[in-house]
Amino acid sequence: MRTAHPTRPEPQVADGAPLLALRDVQVAYGGIHALKGVSLEVGKGEIVAMIGANGAGKTTTLKSIARLLPLAAGSITFAGQDLGRLDTESVVTAGISLVPEGRAIFPNLTVRENLEIGAYGHRDRRAMGETIDDVVQLFPRLGERMKQEGGTLSGGEQQMLAIGRALMARPSLLLLDEPSLGIAPRLVQDIFAAVGRIAESGTTILLVEQNTRLALAASSRAYVLRTGEIAKHGPSAELARDPEIRAAYLGG
Amino acid sequence: MQALLDALVTGLAQGAMIALVALGYSMVYGVLKLINFAHSEVFMMGAFAGFYLLNALGGADHPVLAAVCGTLGAMALAAALGVLVERIAYRPLRERSRGRASGNVRVTPLVTALGVSVLLKNVAQLAFTARYKSYPQLFGHTRLLIFVVTLVTMGLLQLLVHRTWTGKAMRALSANVEAARLMGVRTGRIIAFTFAVGSGLAALGSVLYCLDQSQAYPTMGEVIGTRAFVAAVLGGIGSIPGAVLGGGLIGILGELAKLTQYSGGQDVLVFFVLIVVLLVKPAGLLGKTGSEKV
Ligand SMILES: Nc1ncnc2c1ncn2[C@@H]1O[C@H](COP(=O)(O)OP(=O)(O)O)[C@@H](O)[C@H]1O
Ligand SMILES: [Mg+2]
Repeated sequence: MRTAHPTRPEPQVADGAPLLALRDVQVAYGGIHALKGVSLEVGKGEIVAMIGANGAGKTTTLKSIARLLPLAAGSITFAGQDLGRLDTESVVTAGISLVPEGRAIFPNLTVRENLEIGAYGHRDRRAMGETIDDVVQLFPRLGERMKQEGGTLSGGEQQMLAIGRALMARPSLLLLDEPSLGIAPRLVQDIFAAVGRIAESGTTILLVEQNTRLALAASSRAYVLRTGEIAKHGPSAELARDPEIRAAYLGG
Repeated sequence: MQALLDALVTGLAQGAMIALVALGYSMVYGVLKLINFAHSEVFMMGAFAGFYLLNALGGADHPVLAAVCGTLGAMALAAALGVLVERIAYRPLRERSRGRASGNVRVTPLVTALGVSVLLKNVAQLAFTARYKSYPQLFGHTRLLIFVVTLVTMGLLQLLVHRTWTGKAMRALSANVEAARLMGVRTGRIIAFTFAVGSGLAALGSVLYCLDQSQAYPTMGEVIGTRAFVAAVLGGIGSIPGAVLGGGLIGILGELAKLTQYSGGQDVLVFFVLIVVLLVKPAGLLGKTGSEKV
């Protein structure tokens, strides 16, 4: 994967400082407090997982990073920059791409067009061509379906397309919201293998998953979210051995 | 026979003009899933803008200059008006419903649209009075011109929608606004652009129409706007070729109806055809079933 952005320089963070930091983030939908003060950090080059039951607030956390939801309190910084001042479009330009829950590919655009629109932020022809090649290497199934409309793909293929589309922006930080949701197990493996390769090429990843086993296996650190609060965090291998986690999320 | 041929030619010219207006309904609907009921009044305002500009530019003394610059000027003014309507009537509603599971996202803009439409009509009555304003006669072959202009416009719009970044952004936005923003698409700008293009085309339609056969008057939007709206739905709202096809059909049907003894009933006929088509093809002649268009 080629990851250098055509115009934006690689984000610089001081030694030991996180690439992404949430401090006491609170988000509400009307009267419902979905996030009650979430703090988390993601270091450059890491794969960090966020696990938790349905309704815990995982999607809300990712959406608030992408500035799709207003913050009630707290702050989000990315490479030292306060994201609170930016809108969603500028967050993309700053180097964060979200692969939304449920994929949200454009069903009326062809697979190629879906990928191309992912490059809308920079519109650099060369970077676009290179990344399309890289995405096809990563997901050969997409290469065979370039001219098909996105809506004709299977769920797993749509997930591949959604990830590929996000990579087109050449993000420094990739946010993945439940990439395994509703997808054939065989394709889930392919997708997680691809996530590993994306991380190897230097892209930082924050992975949200309900499939705890997969998430802990794929990540180096993880946060456990419970009803809008961080209940636990630590190295993924440790969490995988934690009796409480095993009982609650790994079926004993 | 001659009468039939005449009716066809007039109908095609009439239809081409209706198509230009229908394109605006269709594009805005394609992107926002919103029927912009104020569109017909933008069309009417375009006719008045054209009237004053054409005369100011010398009218029949400099026909080419007046026609070209007058038309472009009216298009620019209408585009600005369309964007203004979007800004004050639709955008605030959109922004309020953002990130919220709101039930009346569809209905409120509809009411606002009707309100803006009534407002514009009244402004026109006050500013221009209810009297008909006759356009200067500039040249003879306006019918052919309308026809050619419409086809060229349709071709250019197809290129815009399918071959440019903006067009791709429009189509993406029509499928999923939030996902489009996640691609870095400034959706507010794309929406404003869509209103500008649609409104500009409405003015193009109204100036050409007035040059050919008519006068500008404050209620003209109701008459032509309704037909254009029907044309857009008939052809498949959201579809560019559909709007042109729908416009052509409505134009020809209207003129053919005039040949019969039921000449007063042309709008009845138009709605009858619409109902029949929608019963057979609910998405319209060239419309795609499913939610995403443009
Ligand atoms: N659009 C919304 N309107 C109201 N409440 C919402 C909305 N989206 C999510 N919620 C609520 O916020 C909480 C967190 O939801 P979410 O972030 O989607 O959880 P997760 O992704 O962990 O399953 C849930 O209680 C959910 O019901
Ligand atoms: Mg979720």
